[in-house]
Amino acid sequence: MASGTLADRGVRSLASPMSLRSVRGRTVYWIVFGGMLIAFLIAFLFPIYWMITGAMKSTPELVSNPPTVVPHQWHPGNYATAWSEMDLGQYLTNTVVQAGGAWLLQIVLCTAAAYALSKLKPIFGQIILGGILATLMVPTQALVVPKYLTALDVPFVHANLLNSPLAVWLPAAANAFNLYLLKRFFDQIPNDLMESAGLDGAGPLRTLWYIVLPMARPVLGVVSIFAVVAVWQDFLWPLLVFTDGTKQPITVGVEQLAANLPLNVTLAALVLASAPLVAVFLVFQRHIIAGLSAGSIKG
Amino acid sequence: MVVATEAGLRDATVVASGGANRGVRRRRRRAGTNLAAYGLLAGGVLCFALFSWYPTVRAFLLAFQHTNFVGSSRWVGWANFHRLFADPEFVAAWRNSFEFTGVALVLGFGVPFVMAVVLNELRHLKTVFRLLVYLPVMIPPAVTAILWKWFYDPGNGIFNQALGFLHLPTSAWTNSTHTAIVSLVLVATWANLGGTTLIYLAALQNIPSELYEAAELDGANILQRVRHVTIPQTRYVMLLLLLLQIIATMQEFTTPFIMTGGGPQDATVTVLYLIYKYAFVYFDYGGACALSIMLFIFLGVFAALYLRLTRNSD
Repeated sequence: MASGTLADRGVRSLASPMSLRSVRGRTVYWIVFGGMLIAFLIAFLFPIYWMITGAMKSTPELVSNPPTVVPHQWHPGNYATAWSEMDLGQYLTNTVVQAGGAWLLQIVLCTAAAYALSKLKPIFGQIILGGILATLMVPTQALVVPKYLTALDVPFVHANLLNSPLAVWLPAAANAFNLYLLKRFFDQIPNDLMESAGLDGAGPLRTLWYIVLPMARPVLGVVSIFAVVAVWQDFLWPLLVFTDGTKQPITVGVEQLAANLPLNVTLAALVLASAPLVAVFLVFQRHIIAGLSAGSIKG
Repeated sequence: MVVATEAGLRDATVVASGGANRGVRRRRRRAGTNLAAYGLLAGGVLCFALFSWYPTVRAFLLAFQHTNFVGSSRWVGWANFHRLFADPEFVAAWRNSFEFTGVALVLGFGVPFVMAVVLNELRHLKTVFRLLVYLPVMIPPAVTAILWKWFYDPGNGIFNQALGFLHLPTSAWTNSTHTAIVSLVLVATWANLGGTTLIYLAALQNIPSELYEAAELDGANILQRVRHVTIPQTRYVMLLLLLLQIIATMQEFTTPFIMTGGGPQDATVTVLYLIYKYAFVYFDYGGACALSIMLFIFLGVFAALYLRLTRNSD
């Protein structure tokens, strides 16, 4: 019975169902399975466990050699210390504002542009699309200096975006990858559907709002997650554009403060800086993993 | 481009079949659609213009100018490049970036493939394995770098403590010019492995079962099946990931910036780190942009290759 389930589950791959039915095949399978599980737990979960528990050790215990695998004395208060002494609430708020605004602007502008290019097909639309796709070739980090100089003195309006969340929001909206993902999705919506909406008297905007957007919910979900994760994880760009310590996101803030604080407090801050994203991942893992496989290859 | 011709053809047929009256109406609708389209495009295009197109052009201009933003900038020809070539850090930065990318390819390219092939065979706890491998990808790179800086600590870090416990020789990790790059690559690999593995896994699941069955009937053992079925069937994905990884690792900044500050003795100054130093330590924007466009052109080749491959597959 056990052998039957082992061999029959899912489509066949490298190992043949025949060999999985034999005693030897089953033994090999469970050895490989156990080995992989242990290796994965040590490689990917243990470092995170080490960070979380290290944050709850006292300073003498943290520097003791050999280290304690499980803290002898738990000091969860280190998290409270990190929160108050490093002013993490302020940094987290900054990150949320930056990521939230970038998400909103990116969703609105990229959806609108993708819809216009895919369904309304204006004259010169192909040239604009070409210009946008060409930016996929631009290694983003390599051009960080001229991008910084633009934020320092925006052409025509001569505004200085330094220390303003706009410095994160506006460049985030220029995301060719997400725009292209959306455009490809809109391309698949049959034109008949659009035309029948047009015959019913709906203008382009109403069609977008009532017909296209409800259909695009899954792809919008994927784009949203990628948009938020990208801003949350970014380091170099916010390091450059937020010179004022009270405006920095948590990644930059923690890095700048880490040197002056006890190790256990720093570790607690690291945990708190990662926790929201990891929580988002655990909630949306199915969508993230599916979106990753679909988006990155066909992009 | 195909899309444009299709639209044109459709317009043409509508006009031809509907006669002059409908043609006029159609054209008026078309003008309205154009207006709406440009309204919807304006915001996005403005962002691209300001933060993508303009900086790209400006990098090429600034690379040949001297600018300090107090006086007016002036053209200096190739002087910025000559200054770079004379800088010993310039050679070190490129050498380090190539070494980083090379070692990252060995670790970050082979390991995820093997992991994905094995994971694809496992029939239990599939979600748990996927969650575990992707967990580090979700940790912000700055956090990962600070965390691993502690792991690598010669006295207090878990690595040397574990090696000492096993009576193995300890290592200086990021503190020695010999092991610094490899140590950093280990961090980057740990942080990014998950994405690559999951993409491979998705590709492996698209391999038709019949191919494995046929190979088995021909008497191929497991390794031969990997060589003659799995690898050829995933070659395209492998190539794409190879290009993406080269583009990403050649732009490494956060890990060396936080963990080593470029040291010891310039052993971990990457090209992007040097761009950062020119712009924000020396305030030499001309030199920074000259280096930027060198990196830009170098990586542009790989990016163009990637785009070509993905466009052709459509």
